[in-house]
Amino acid sequence: MLDRMHILVCGGAECKQSNSVALRDKFNSEIKRLNLGDDIKTLLTGCFGLCALGPHVLIYPGETLYSGVKLDDIPEIVEQHIANGKPVDRLLFKGEFDRKKFRNRSELTFFARQKRIALRNCGVINPLKINEYIARNGYEALGKVVTTMTREETINEVKKSGLRGRGGGGFPAGLKWEFAKNSISDQKYVICNADEGDPGAFMDRAVLEGDPHSVLEAMAICGYAIGASIGYIYIRAEYPVAVKRLDIAIKQAEELGLLGNNIFDSGFNFKIEIRLGAGAFVCGEETALIASIEGERGMPRKKPPFPAVRGLFGKPTNVNNVETFANVPVIFLKGADWFKAIGTEKSSGTKVFALGGKIANTGLLEVPMGTTLREVIYEIGGGIPNKREFKAAQTGGPSGGCITADSLDTPIDFDNLIALGSMMGSGGMIVMDEDNCMVDVARFYLEFTVEESCGKCTPCREGTKRMLDILNRICEGEGTLEDLDMLENLAYMIKDSSLCGLGQTAPNPVLSTLKHFRDEYEAHVIDKVCPAGVCSNLTNYVVLENCIGCTKCSRNCPVGAIEGKVKEKHFIDLNACIRCGVCKTVCPVNAISTKPEHWEVA
Amino acid sequence: MKTLVELKALREKSYKEMYLHGVTNGVRIQVGYGTCGIAAGAKPVYEAFLSEINSLKLDNVEVTQVGCMGECAFEPIVEVLESNGSKTIYCLVTDRIASEIVEEHIVKGNRIDKYLLSKIKR
Repeated sequence: MLDRMHILVCGGAECKQSNSVALRDKFNSEIKRLNLGDDIKTLLTGCFGLCALGPHVLIYPGETLYSGVKLDDIPEIVEQHIANGKPVDRLLFKGEFDRKKFRNRSELTFFARQKRIALRNCGVINPLKINEYIARNGYEALGKVVTTMTREETINEVKKSGLRGRGGGGFPAGLKWEFAKNSISDQKYVICNADEGDPGAFMDRAVLEGDPHSVLEAMAICGYAIGASIGYIYIRAEYPVAVKRLDIAIKQAEELGLLGNNIFDSGFNFKIEIRLGAGAFVCGEETALIASIEGERGMPRKKPPFPAVRGLFGKPTNVNNVETFANVPVIFLKGADWFKAIGTEKSSGTKVFALGGKIANTGLLEVPMGTTLREVIYEIGGGIPNKREFKAAQTGGPSGGCITADSLDTPIDFDNLIALGSMMGSGGMIVMDEDNCMVDVARFYLEFTVEESCGKCTPCREGTKRMLDILNRICEGEGTLEDLDMLENLAYMIKDSSLCGLGQTAPNPVLSTLKHFRDEYEAHVIDKVCPAGVCSNLTNYVVLENCIGCTKCSRNCPVGAIEGKVKEKHFIDLNACIRCGVCKTVCPVNAISTKPEHWEVA
Repeated sequence: MKTLVELKALREKSYKEMYLHGVTNGVRIQVGYGTCGIAAGAKPVYEAFLSEINSLKLDNVEVTQVGCMGECAFEPIVEVLESNGSKTIYCLVTDRIASEIVEEHIVKGNRIDKYLLSKIKR
């Protein structure tokens, strides 16, 4: 749905002090009172950069900027401007400020529609300078916690905020901390899981590279709460930039006494060390990660006992993911209630997504929980390039599943995604269009899990391999209907009997594509056709009537299978064609099709 | 650092350094320097800014690295912040464009529209 109007209220720190949240709420209530419809959106945005004259309100369309807005002014703005289209002159921004320059950032929906909590400092501060982190209220949360709050109060604040683990499972962080706190031991540990391994996910890397101190600060807060004095960051060696910046950040924090002994004169000691992983996907599973830090081979262990009871070196351990930690300092700076108010009832806060695949704005974005997939893909993500149709979005990486076009308007949160047969995962989101074959997509993810399976338990080690064999058969055109049933049976068996999360979720991409795109599987096994034109054994390339005879395809064909004269329709010799798809890519007028309905025409 | 008061004093000092560069006509040039930016060629861009600023002896300008802004498809991204509050985002910047930005935007004060993220974006 397109909004008729956007009201942007500055939510920067300075304007916050002048009550911007109340301003926004007042706008909402006035709009409701006058019944102006639900296609007017109010948003809290980042700082407009003119803090002295705040709070600011910007209204689109028309880009009217009001400054120094007070609560009492709002009814007038809503009645005159929103309802009748006449800007309120006396509140208009006046000054020598160059409006054109200022427009650049906020006119981009990409930034305007986001809410950045975990990414608050990414792209804003220099990650190599602790002073810039401190300039943005860094380490104040830690100072506040260790000097004014008890351990119980600290944990209660996290519990109250409703923060859930951002690494995949979505387990409430406060509860996890409480379990670790309640375990009695002479030594406890905090671990930051930075072993980001999903194909297409890179939000943890961005946080560590752009804002390493936020993670260090949160780990220290966690250490204080559960009673740990040592923290480990387990990060893959494939992230050299992040490792280097973390290393620098730890040294800087130690120099200032923000990590080390007797932090803020409170008697609390905390130090952090980095442990490099070799990049095994299974080490993102917390017990395998712990084994890897201990120097063992990275293999999962049986739970219970959970790490909160017996974890690293047999001691109580709390493991959280990077993004979870990055949210923690903000919760203490702005309060659990503030955090709880963002997002949906059961999933508070925001989520960072790494958008990839067939999408205009490949990159990172952070939106409140409960944002719909449509908003993420079409508004912030900029839609699908080349006028293709949306087919599905894959979330949760190799453990997740597909969300189809029918569910575009479902608010994204932990529970809704599970209900849709997918999962939040760590936040990788791969967008697929009509040119993606869903059987091939399932095969891609399964190939990944087969490679990454640690081999400890048989269902995962052998089962996923057999599933991949079946999928390979189907993609090569040798599959049968029985194969589909066998695939499904095997999938449920692996889910039920694997030891760790990797195996238990490995069949999800297959189950989810089977559920939503069974017709594509059937086309592969019954008609021996790949509708998307991806599986080369099951595809024919044909030239359509709208060919303009530019000869581009013929010149680019690696095997010389395309013939035709200039300005005349070309033909593909299907016996010589190797189905590489080059012609389709280079054709300037989309005249080459792999769609089965076109085969006979040609 | 032993008290919150000390931390707050450092915060205020750092904030001023970061955004005003100690002078009223300060400029801060932020070069996106995450893995995405580095892969897209942020290093020569960063160096070009440094050498231009040094050779022109512009001491009111600070060039700094920052993390990923999120628009990875349009890296290298450069954001120019000025103490009058304006923010300008340039994208797909090369070392040649970097010199151009310094000469036109920083020295003469003319924003170069054709390199703006909002203009280039498909």
